[in-house]
Amino acid sequence: MSELSVNHLLGIKYLNKEDIKLIFETADHFKEVINRPIKKVPSLRDITIANLFFENSTRTKLSFELAQKRLSADVINFSSAQSSVKKGETLIDTVNNILSMKVDMVVMRHPNPGAGVFLSKHVSASIVNAGDGAHEHPTQALLDSYSIREKLGNVKGKKVVIVGDILHSRVALSNIFALQLQGAEVMVCGPKTLIPKYIDKLGVKVETNLRKALNWCDVANMLRVQNERMDISYFPTTREYTQQFGVNKALLDSLDKEITIMHPGPINRGVEITSDVADSSQSIILDQVQNGVAVRMAVIYLLASKIKQ
Amino acid sequence: MFGNIMSQKVLLNEKEVNIILHRLACQLIEKHHKFQNTVLIGLQPRGVFLADRLAKILSEHYKIKNIQLGYLDITFFRDDFRRGDKPLEANKTKINFIVEDKNIVFIDDVLYTGRSIRAALTAIQSFGRPNEIELLTLIDRRFSRHLPIQPNYRGRQVDVINDEKVRVNWKERDKEDSVYLIEK
Repeated sequence: MSELSVNHLLGIKYLNKEDIKLIFETADHFKEVINRPIKKVPSLRDITIANLFFENSTRTKLSFELAQKRLSADVINFSSAQSSVKKGETLIDTVNNILSMKVDMVVMRHPNPGAGVFLSKHVSASIVNAGDGAHEHPTQALLDSYSIREKLGNVKGKKVVIVGDILHSRVALSNIFALQLQGAEVMVCGPKTLIPKYIDKLGVKVETNLRKALNWCDVANMLRVQNERMDISYFPTTREYTQQFGVNKALLDSLDKEITIMHPGPINRGVEITSDVADSSQSIILDQVQNGVAVRMAVIYLLASKIKQ
Repeated sequence: MFGNIMSQKVLLNEKEVNIILHRLACQLIEKHHKFQNTVLIGLQPRGVFLADRLAKILSEHYKIKNIQLGYLDITFFRDDFRRGDKPLEANKTKINFIVEDKNIVFIDDVLYTGRSIRAALTAIQSFGRPNEIELLTLIDRRFSRHLPIQPNYRGRQVDVINDEKVRVNWKERDKEDSVYLIEK
Protein backbone atom coordinates (compact mmCIF):
# COMPACT_ATOMS: atom_id res chain seq x y z
CA MET A 1 0.00 0.00 0.00
CA SER A 2 1.21 3.42 -0.77
CA GLU A 3 1.25 5.97 2.01
CA LEU A 4 0.01 9.54 2.37
CA SER A 5 2.15 12.23 0.78
CA VAL A 6 1.80 14.39 3.91
CA ASN A 7 2.67 14.02 7.61
CA HIS A 8 -0.20 16.26 8.75
CA LEU A 9 -3.73 16.79 7.54
CA LEU A 10 -3.86 20.57 7.48
CA GLY A 11 -6.17 21.08 4.55
CA ILE A 12 -7.39 19.42 1.37
CA LYS A 13 -5.21 21.74 -0.67
CA TYR A 14 -2.12 19.94 0.60
CA LEU A 15 -3.39 16.53 -0.57
CA ASN A 16 -3.28 14.90 -3.97
CA LYS A 17 -5.70 12.59 -5.75
CA GLU A 18 -3.91 9.41 -4.62
CA ASP A 19 -4.07 10.51 -0.99
CA ILE A 20 -7.84 10.83 -1.19
CA LYS A 21 -8.14 7.46 -2.91
CA LEU A 22 -5.99 5.84 -0.21
CA ILE A 23 -8.02 7.45 2.59
CA PHE A 24 -11.29 6.22 1.05
CA GLU A 25 -10.03 2.68 0.50
CA THR A 26 -8.81 2.55 4.09
CA ALA A 27 -12.11 4.02 5.30
CA ASP A 28 -13.95 1.18 3.49
CA HIS A 29 -12.16 -1.30 5.73
CA PHE A 30 -12.91 0.72 8.86
CA LYS A 31 -16.55 1.06 7.90
CA GLU A 32 -16.72 -2.73 7.94
CA VAL A 33 -14.95 -2.75 11.33
CA ILE A 34 -17.42 -0.32 12.94
CA ASN A 35 -20.33 -2.49 11.86
CA ARG A 36 -18.96 -5.55 13.69
CA PRO A 37 -20.31 -6.65 17.06
CA ILE A 38 -16.99 -5.52 18.55
CA LYS A 39 -16.17 -2.28 16.81
CA LYS A 40 -12.58 -1.90 17.86
CA VAL A 41 -9.14 -2.77 16.52
CA PRO A 42 -5.86 -2.61 18.47
CA SER A 43 -3.69 -0.88 15.81
CA LEU A 44 -2.98 2.37 17.65
CA ARG A 45 -2.60 1.06 21.18
CA ASP A 46 0.81 2.73 21.51
CA ILE A 47 -0.33 6.14 20.21
CA THR A 48 -1.60 9.04 22.32
CA ILE A 49 -3.74 11.72 20.73
CA ALA A 50 -4.70 15.11 22.14
CA ASN A 51 -7.92 16.71 20.96
CA LEU A 52 -7.53 20.44 21.33
CA PHE A 53 -10.73 22.35 20.74
CA PHE A 54 -10.28 26.10 20.97
CA GLU A 55 -13.75 26.50 19.52
CA ASN A 56 -17.04 24.78 20.28
CA SER A 57 -17.82 21.51 18.62
CA THR A 58 -20.03 18.57 19.43
CA ARG A 59 -20.24 16.35 16.40
CA THR A 60 -16.68 16.70 15.14
CA LYS A 61 -15.22 16.21 18.60
CA LEU A 62 -17.34 13.13 19.29
CA SER A 63 -16.57 11.72 15.89
CA PHE A 64 -12.82 12.17 16.29
CA GLU A 65 -12.87 10.77 19.79
CA LEU A 66 -14.85 7.73 18.73
CA ALA A 67 -12.54 7.17 15.78
CA GLN A 68 -9.51 7.33 18.07
CA LYS A 69 -11.03 4.99 20.62
CA ARG A 70 -12.03 2.47 17.97
CA LEU A 71 -8.39 2.37 16.92
CA SER A 72 -7.40 1.81 20.60
CA ALA A 73 -5.44 5.08 20.86
CA ASP A 74 -5.18 6.84 24.20
CA VAL A 75 -7.10 10.09 24.07
CA ILE A 76 -6.89 13.30 26.06
CA ASN A 77 -9.38 16.10 25.55
CA PHE A 78 -8.97 19.77 26.00
CA SER A 79 -11.29 22.64 25.39
CA SER A 80 -10.27 26.22 25.73
CA ALA A 81 -13.22 27.12 27.93
CA GLN A 82 -11.59 25.37 30.90
CA SER A 83 -7.94 25.98 30.12
CA SER A 84 -4.92 28.18 30.67
CA VAL A 85 -5.59 29.84 27.34
CA LYS A 86 -7.91 32.02 29.34
CA LYS A 87 -4.92 32.89 31.53
CA GLY A 88 -2.95 34.16 28.54
CA GLU A 89 -0.85 31.17 27.48
CA THR A 90 0.23 31.14 23.82
CA LEU A 91 -0.80 28.38 21.42
CA ILE A 92 2.73 26.99 21.04
CA ASP A 93 3.23 26.93 24.81
CA THR A 94 -0.08 25.19 25.36
CA VAL A 95 0.69 22.56 22.77
CA ASN A 96 4.32 22.03 23.81
CA ASN A 97 3.19 21.51 27.37
CA ILE A 98 0.82 18.84 26.21
CA LEU A 99 3.43 17.26 23.94
CA SER A 100 5.94 17.03 26.79
CA MET A 101 3.56 14.48 28.24
CA LYS A 102 4.44 12.26 25.24
CA VAL A 103 1.57 12.90 22.88
CA ASP A 104 2.03 11.67 19.29
CA MET A 105 -0.76 13.42 17.46
CA VAL A 106 -2.82 16.59 17.86
CA VAL A 107 -6.33 17.10 16.51
CA MET A 108 -7.05 20.81 16.68
CA ARG A 109 -9.93 23.14 16.05
CA HIS A 110 -9.08 26.81 16.26
CA PRO A 111 -10.90 30.04 15.41
CA ASN A 112 -7.91 31.45 13.49
CA PRO A 113 -7.31 30.41 9.88
CA GLY A 114 -3.89 28.82 9.47
CA ALA A 115 -3.55 27.80 13.12
CA GLY A 116 -2.84 24.22 12.10
CA VAL A 117 -0.21 25.15 9.55
CA PHE A 118 1.46 27.43 12.09
CA LEU A 119 1.49 24.70 14.72
CA SER A 120 2.87 22.08 12.33
CA LYS A 121 5.94 24.28 11.81
CA HIS A 122 6.65 24.63 15.51
CA VAL A 123 5.88 21.30 17.15
CA SER A 124 6.95 17.74 16.49
CA ALA A 125 3.57 15.99 16.65
CA SER A 126 1.43 15.07 13.68
CA ILE A 127 -1.39 17.65 13.30
CA VAL A 128 -4.94 17.07 12.10
CA ASN A 129 -6.93 20.19 11.37
CA ALA A 130 -10.47 19.84 12.70
CA GLY A 131 -11.43 23.28 11.42
CA ASP A 132 -9.45 26.51 11.41
CA GLY A 133 -11.65 29.59 11.29
CA ALA A 134 -13.25 30.10 7.90
CA HIS A 135 -10.34 28.34 6.19
CA GLU A 136 -10.53 24.54 5.96
CA HIS A 137 -12.24 21.57 7.57
CA PRO A 138 -10.58 18.74 5.68
CA THR A 139 -12.11 15.70 7.40
CA GLN A 140 -15.61 17.08 6.79
CA ALA A 141 -14.87 17.48 3.08
CA LEU A 142 -13.44 13.95 2.97
CA LEU A 143 -16.48 12.43 4.61
CA ASP A 144 -18.77 14.43 2.31
CA SER A 145 -16.99 13.11 -0.78
CA TYR A 146 -16.89 9.63 0.72
CA SER A 147 -20.66 9.78 1.23
CA ILE A 148 -21.21 10.94 -2.36
CA ARG A 149 -18.98 8.10 -3.57
CA GLU A 150 -20.98 5.64 -1.45
CA LYS A 151 -24.37 6.92 -2.65
CA LEU A 152 -23.61 7.61 -6.31
CA GLY A 153 -20.71 5.22 -6.93
CA ASN A 154 -18.24 7.88 -7.95
CA VAL A 155 -17.40 11.52 -7.33
CA LYS A 156 -15.86 12.09 -10.74
CA GLY A 157 -18.17 13.86 -13.17
CA LYS A 158 -20.82 14.61 -10.53
CA LYS A 159 -22.30 18.07 -10.19
CA VAL A 160 -22.35 19.37 -6.65
CA VAL A 161 -23.86 22.63 -5.48
CA ILE A 162 -22.91 24.09 -2.11
CA VAL A 163 -25.77 26.24 -0.88
CA GLY A 164 -25.76 28.94 1.79
CA ASP A 165 -23.19 30.81 3.77
CA ILE A 166 -20.10 30.31 1.63
CA LEU A 167 -18.33 33.35 3.09
CA HIS A 168 -17.97 32.02 6.61
CA SER A 169 -17.71 28.36 5.72
CA ARG A 170 -14.60 26.26 6.05
CA VAL A 171 -16.70 23.30 4.91
CA ALA A 172 -17.33 25.04 1.59
CA LEU A 173 -13.67 25.73 0.84
CA SER A 174 -12.48 22.24 1.77
CA ASN A 175 -15.33 20.73 -0.23
CA ILE A 176 -14.47 22.80 -3.29
CA PHE A 177 -10.85 21.60 -3.17
CA ALA A 178 -11.81 17.97 -2.50
CA LEU A 179 -14.51 17.76 -5.16
CA GLN A 180 -12.39 19.42 -7.83
CA LEU A 181 -9.45 17.15 -7.03
CA GLN A 182 -11.70 14.17 -7.70
CA GLY A 183 -13.06 15.58 -10.95
CA ALA A 184 -16.48 16.83 -9.83
CA GLU A 185 -18.04 20.09 -10.99
CA VAL A 186 -18.79 22.55 -8.22
CA MET A 187 -21.26 25.41 -7.98
CA VAL A 188 -21.88 27.71 -5.04
CA CYS A 189 -25.28 29.24 -4.44
CA GLY A 190 -26.42 31.78 -1.86
CA PRO A 191 -27.13 35.43 -1.26
CA LYS A 192 -24.55 37.64 -2.98
CA THR A 193 -23.50 39.02 0.39
CA LEU A 194 -22.50 35.53 1.55
CA ILE A 195 -20.52 34.57 -1.56
CA PRO A 196 -16.90 35.71 -1.45
CA LYS A 197 -15.74 37.99 -4.25
CA TYR A 198 -13.50 36.25 -6.79
CA ILE A 199 -14.61 32.77 -5.70
CA ASP A 200 -15.09 32.03 -9.42
CA LYS A 201 -11.29 32.18 -9.66
CA LEU A 202 -11.28 28.80 -7.93
CA GLY A 203 -13.09 27.42 -10.96
CA VAL A 204 -16.53 27.14 -9.38
CA LYS A 205 -19.80 28.31 -10.90
CA VAL A 206 -21.75 30.96 -9.02
CA GLU A 207 -25.55 31.05 -8.94
CA THR A 208 -27.95 33.12 -6.89
CA ASN A 209 -31.12 31.32 -7.98
CA LEU A 210 -31.64 28.17 -5.91
CA ARG A 211 -34.06 26.51 -8.34
CA LYS A 212 -31.60 26.87 -11.22
CA ALA A 213 -28.81 25.50 -9.03
CA LEU A 214 -30.86 22.48 -7.95
CA ASN A 215 -31.89 21.77 -11.53
CA TRP A 216 -28.22 21.70 -12.49
CA CYS A 217 -26.86 19.51 -9.73
CA ASP A 218 -26.75 15.83 -8.71
CA VAL A 219 -25.99 16.66 -5.09
CA ALA A 220 -26.87 19.68 -2.96
CA ASN A 221 -24.78 20.29 0.15
CA MET A 222 -26.79 22.64 2.36
CA LEU A 223 -24.72 24.74 4.72
CA ARG A 224 -25.84 26.22 8.00
CA VAL A 225 -26.26 29.93 8.35
CA GLN A 226 -23.46 30.74 10.79
CA ASN A 227 -25.06 33.45 12.85
CA GLU A 228 -22.24 33.34 15.36
CA ARG A 229 -19.72 34.47 12.74
CA MET A 230 -21.83 37.27 11.35
CA ASP A 231 -20.85 40.64 12.71
CA ILE A 232 -23.17 42.51 10.37
CA SER A 233 -26.46 41.70 8.71
CA TYR A 234 -25.89 39.79 5.48
CA PHE A 235 -29.57 39.32 4.65
CA PRO A 236 -32.69 41.13 5.86
CA THR A 237 -34.38 38.36 7.85
CA THR A 238 -34.07 34.64 8.41
CA ARG A 239 -37.53 34.26 6.89
CA GLU A 240 -36.43 35.93 3.70
CA TYR A 241 -33.32 33.75 3.57
CA THR A 242 -35.48 30.63 3.93
CA GLN A 243 -37.83 31.76 1.18
CA GLN A 244 -34.98 32.22 -1.26
CA PHE A 245 -32.38 29.66 -0.20
CA GLY A 246 -34.21 27.12 1.94
CA VAL A 247 -34.91 23.67 0.49
CA ASN A 248 -38.35 22.19 1.07
CA LYS A 249 -40.10 19.08 -0.18
CA ALA A 250 -42.32 20.97 -2.65
CA LEU A 251 -39.26 22.48 -4.30
CA LEU A 252 -37.50 19.10 -4.53
CA ASP A 253 -40.62 17.42 -5.92
CA SER A 254 -40.96 20.08 -8.60
CA LEU A 255 -37.52 19.25 -10.02
CA ASP A 256 -37.43 16.81 -12.91
CA LYS A 257 -34.86 14.56 -11.18
CA GLU A 258 -34.09 13.23 -7.74
CA ILE A 259 -31.07 14.91 -6.21
CA THR A 260 -29.14 13.90 -3.11
CA ILE A 261 -29.29 16.22 -0.11
CA MET A 262 -26.38 16.64 2.30
CA HIS A 263 -25.82 18.78 5.35
CA PRO A 264 -22.68 18.96 7.51
CA GLY A 265 -24.75 19.68 10.65
CA PRO A 266 -25.89 21.08 12.92
CA ILE A 267 -29.15 21.65 11.06
CA ASN A 268 -31.27 24.72 11.59
CA ARG A 269 -34.53 22.92 10.81
CA GLY A 270 -36.88 25.18 8.93
CA VAL A 271 -34.14 27.61 7.91
CA GLU A 272 -31.82 26.15 5.27
CA ILE A 273 -33.68 22.85 5.08
CA THR A 274 -37.13 21.71 6.22
CA SER A 275 -37.67 18.68 8.43
CA ASP A 276 -39.41 16.62 5.76
CA VAL A 277 -36.38 17.05 3.47
CA ALA A 278 -33.83 16.37 6.22
CA ASP A 279 -35.63 13.13 7.14
CA SER A 280 -36.45 12.04 3.57
CA SER A 281 -34.86 9.20 1.62
CA GLN A 282 -33.05 11.75 -0.56
CA SER A 283 -31.09 12.96 2.44
CA ILE A 284 -27.83 11.22 3.39
CA ILE A 285 -27.22 13.39 6.43
CA LEU A 286 -27.00 10.52 8.92
CA ASP A 287 -24.84 8.47 6.54
CA GLN A 288 -22.44 11.41 6.56
CA VAL A 289 -22.22 11.19 10.34
CA GLN A 290 -21.53 7.45 10.30
CA ASN A 291 -19.00 7.81 7.49
CA GLY A 292 -17.32 10.57 9.49
CA VAL A 293 -16.07 8.04 12.02
CA ALA A 294 -14.74 5.66 9.36
CA VAL A 295 -13.03 8.46 7.40
CA ARG A 296 -11.46 9.92 10.54
CA MET A 297 -10.24 6.45 11.55
CA ALA A 298 -8.60 6.17 8.13
CA VAL A 299 -6.94 9.59 8.39
CA ILE A 300 -5.64 8.93 11.90
CA TYR A 301 -4.48 5.41 11.03
CA LEU A 302 -2.62 6.55 7.92
CA LEU A 303 -0.97 9.50 9.68
CA ALA A 304 -0.06 7.35 12.68
CA SER A 305 1.62 4.82 10.41
CA LYS A 306 4.05 7.59 9.42
CA ILE A 307 5.04 8.44 13.00
CA LYS A 308 8.48 6.98 13.63
CA GLN A 309 8.91 4.88 16.74
CA MET B 1 22.15 -20.44 -14.08
CA PHE B 2 25.17 -18.38 -13.17
CA GLY B 3 24.38 -14.73 -12.71
CA ASN B 4 20.90 -15.43 -11.39
CA ILE B 5 20.63 -13.77 -8.02
CA MET B 6 17.48 -15.68 -7.18
CA SER B 7 17.19 -19.40 -7.64
CA GLN B 8 14.06 -21.39 -7.12
CA LYS B 9 13.22 -25.00 -6.53
CA VAL B 10 9.85 -26.68 -6.99
CA LEU B 11 8.53 -28.01 -3.69
CA LEU B 12 5.14 -29.12 -5.01
CA ASN B 13 3.81 -29.32 -8.55
CA GLU B 14 0.20 -29.07 -9.65
CA LYS B 15 -0.52 -32.77 -9.23
CA GLU B 16 0.98 -32.87 -5.76
CA VAL B 17 -0.92 -29.75 -4.69
CA ASN B 18 -4.13 -31.38 -5.90
CA ILE B 19 -3.49 -34.62 -4.01
CA ILE B 20 -2.71 -32.68 -0.84
CA LEU B 21 -5.88 -30.57 -1.16
CA HIS B 22 -8.02 -33.69 -1.42
CA ARG B 23 -6.25 -35.24 1.54
CA LEU B 24 -6.79 -32.08 3.61
CA ALA B 25 -10.46 -32.03 2.59
CA CYS B 26 -10.84 -35.64 3.75
CA GLN B 27 -9.15 -34.87 7.05
CA LEU B 28 -11.57 -32.02 7.58
CA ILE B 29 -14.52 -34.30 6.84
CA GLU B 30 -13.17 -36.90 9.26
CA LYS B 31 -13.28 -34.34 12.05
CA HIS B 32 -16.20 -32.13 11.06
CA HIS B 33 -18.52 -34.62 9.28
CA LYS B 34 -21.24 -32.55 7.65
CA PHE B 35 -19.88 -29.15 8.72
CA GLN B 36 -23.13 -28.33 10.49
CA ASN B 37 -21.41 -26.26 13.15
CA THR B 38 -18.13 -25.60 11.35
CA VAL B 39 -17.05 -22.56 9.42
CA LEU B 40 -13.98 -22.08 7.22
CA ILE B 41 -12.12 -18.79 7.52
CA GLY B 42 -9.48 -17.93 4.93
CA LEU B 43 -6.88 -15.47 6.16
CA GLN B 44 -6.26 -12.48 3.90
CA PRO B 45 -4.50 -12.01 1.64
CA ARG B 46 -3.03 -15.40 0.69
CA GLY B 47 -5.11 -17.87 2.62
CA VAL B 48 -8.32 -17.09 0.77
CA PHE B 49 -7.30 -18.94 -2.40
CA LEU B 50 -6.67 -22.09 -0.41
CA ALA B 51 -9.93 -21.62 1.50
CA ASP B 52 -11.90 -21.13 -1.74
CA ARG B 53 -10.32 -24.22 -3.25
CA LEU B 54 -11.01 -26.42 -0.22
CA ALA B 55 -14.61 -25.24 -0.01
CA LYS B 56 -15.02 -26.06 -3.70
CA ILE B 57 -13.54 -29.55 -3.32
CA LEU B 58 -15.69 -30.22 -0.26
CA SER B 59 -18.88 -29.22 -2.00
CA GLU B 60 -18.22 -30.62 -5.48
CA HIS B 61 -16.31 -33.83 -4.76
CA TYR B 62 -17.55 -34.74 -1.34
CA LYS B 63 -21.06 -33.29 -1.59
CA ILE B 64 -20.91 -31.31 1.62
CA LYS B 65 -23.79 -28.86 1.46
CA ASN B 66 -23.94 -25.27 2.68
CA ILE B 67 -20.33 -24.77 3.65
CA GLN B 68 -19.91 -21.46 5.42
CA LEU B 69 -16.82 -19.66 4.19
CA GLY B 70 -15.47 -16.29 5.30
CA TYR B 71 -12.39 -14.14 4.81
CA LEU B 72 -10.64 -12.47 7.70
CA ASP B 73 -8.24 -9.56 7.33
CA ILE B 74 -5.81 -9.19 10.22
CA THR B 75 -4.02 -5.97 9.21
CA PHE B 76 -5.35 -3.84 12.05
CA PHE B 77 -4.54 -6.57 14.58
CA ARG B 78 -0.90 -7.11 13.61
CA ASP B 79 1.86 -6.53 16.13
CA ASP B 80 4.23 -4.84 13.66
CA PHE B 81 2.29 -1.63 12.95
CA ARG B 82 4.85 1.20 12.52
CA ARG B 83 7.70 -1.30 12.86
CA GLY B 84 8.29 -2.26 9.25
CA ASP B 85 9.54 -0.11 6.40
CA LYS B 86 6.41 -0.60 4.37
CA PRO B 87 2.92 0.46 5.48
CA LEU B 88 0.58 -2.45 6.10
CA GLU B 89 -1.98 -3.07 3.40
CA ALA B 90 -5.51 -3.90 4.47
CA ASN B 91 -7.80 -6.34 2.68
CA LYS B 92 -11.46 -7.08 2.78
CA THR B 93 -13.00 -8.96 5.67
CA LYS B 94 -16.09 -10.88 4.65
CA ILE B 95 -17.79 -12.84 7.40
CA ASN B 96 -21.52 -12.99 6.81
CA PHE B 97 -22.33 -15.24 9.74
CA ILE B 98 -22.03 -15.28 13.51
CA VAL B 99 -19.07 -17.28 14.83
CA GLU B 100 -20.52 -17.60 18.33
CA ASP B 101 -20.21 -21.25 19.45
CA LYS B 102 -19.00 -22.33 16.01
CA ASN B 103 -16.03 -24.54 15.26
CA ILE B 104 -13.67 -22.44 13.18
CA VAL B 105 -10.97 -23.65 10.84
CA PHE B 106 -8.44 -20.93 10.01
CA ILE B 107 -6.92 -21.48 6.59
CA ASP B 108 -3.61 -19.99 5.48
CA ASP B 109 -1.08 -20.93 2.83
CA VAL B 110 2.19 -20.82 4.80
CA LEU B 111 2.72 -21.03 8.54
CA TYR B 112 5.99 -19.29 9.40
CA THR B 113 6.47 -17.29 12.63
CA GLY B 114 2.89 -17.76 13.81
CA ARG B 115 2.37 -14.03 14.30
CA SER B 116 -0.39 -13.79 11.69
CA ILE B 117 -2.26 -16.56 13.44
CA ARG B 118 -1.86 -14.75 16.77
CA ALA B 119 -3.38 -11.66 15.14
CA ALA B 120 -6.17 -13.75 13.61
CA LEU B 121 -7.02 -15.25 17.00
CA THR B 122 -7.51 -11.73 18.34
CA ALA B 123 -9.32 -10.45 15.25
CA ILE B 124 -11.90 -13.24 15.21
CA GLN B 125 -13.04 -12.27 18.71
CA SER B 126 -14.69 -9.21 17.16
CA PHE B 127 -17.21 -11.59 15.60
CA GLY B 128 -18.12 -13.55 18.71
CA ARG B 129 -16.80 -16.33 20.94
CA PRO B 130 -16.16 -19.45 18.92
CA ASN B 131 -16.39 -22.90 20.44
CA GLU B 132 -13.08 -24.04 19.03
CA ILE B 133 -10.47 -22.81 16.55
CA GLU B 134 -8.27 -25.06 14.43
CA LEU B 135 -5.56 -24.21 11.94
CA LEU B 136 -4.98 -25.62 8.48
CA THR B 137 -1.95 -24.67 6.42
CA LEU B 138 -0.67 -25.92 3.10
CA ILE B 139 2.98 -25.40 4.06
CA ASP B 140 4.33 -25.61 7.59
CA ARG B 141 7.79 -24.07 7.87
CA ARG B 142 9.29 -26.08 10.69
CA PHE B 143 11.69 -24.60 13.28
CA SER B 144 10.77 -21.00 12.45
CA ARG B 145 8.03 -20.28 14.98
CA HIS B 146 8.18 -17.24 17.25
CA LEU B 147 5.06 -18.27 19.14
CA PRO B 148 3.68 -21.55 20.47
CA ILE B 149 1.31 -22.13 17.53
CA GLN B 150 1.02 -25.37 15.53
CA PRO B 151 -1.31 -26.42 12.71
CA ASN B 152 -3.99 -29.08 13.19
CA TYR B 153 -3.89 -29.94 9.49
CA ARG B 154 -0.79 -29.49 7.38
CA GLY B 155 -0.23 -30.09 3.70
CA ARG B 156 3.53 -30.41 3.73
CA GLN B 157 6.13 -29.74 6.36
CA VAL B 158 9.32 -28.14 5.06
CA ASP B 159 12.64 -27.15 6.60
CA VAL B 160 13.60 -23.77 5.28
CA ILE B 161 16.48 -21.59 6.31
CA ASN B 162 15.56 -18.06 7.21
CA ASP B 163 16.62 -16.18 4.12
CA GLU B 164 14.69 -18.54 1.88
CA LYS B 165 11.12 -17.88 0.97
CA VAL B 166 8.23 -20.20 0.24
CA ARG B 167 5.95 -19.02 -2.54
CA VAL B 168 2.57 -20.61 -3.14
CA ASN B 169 1.00 -20.02 -6.56
CA TRP B 170 -2.66 -20.48 -7.36
CA LYS B 171 -4.19 -20.92 -10.80
CA GLU B 172 -6.76 -18.21 -10.09
CA ARG B 173 -4.07 -15.59 -9.69
CA ASP B 174 -0.70 -16.95 -10.82
CA LYS B 175 -1.82 -19.23 -13.68
CA GLU B 176 -0.51 -22.43 -12.03
CA ASP B 177 -0.84 -24.41 -8.82
CA SER B 178 2.64 -24.83 -7.40
CA VAL B 179 4.87 -24.22 -4.42
CA TYR B 180 8.40 -22.89 -4.85
CA LEU B 181 11.31 -22.51 -2.52
CA ILE B 182 13.03 -19.26 -3.45
CA GLU B 183 16.55 -18.39 -2.39
CA LYS B 184 17.10 -14.70 -2.04
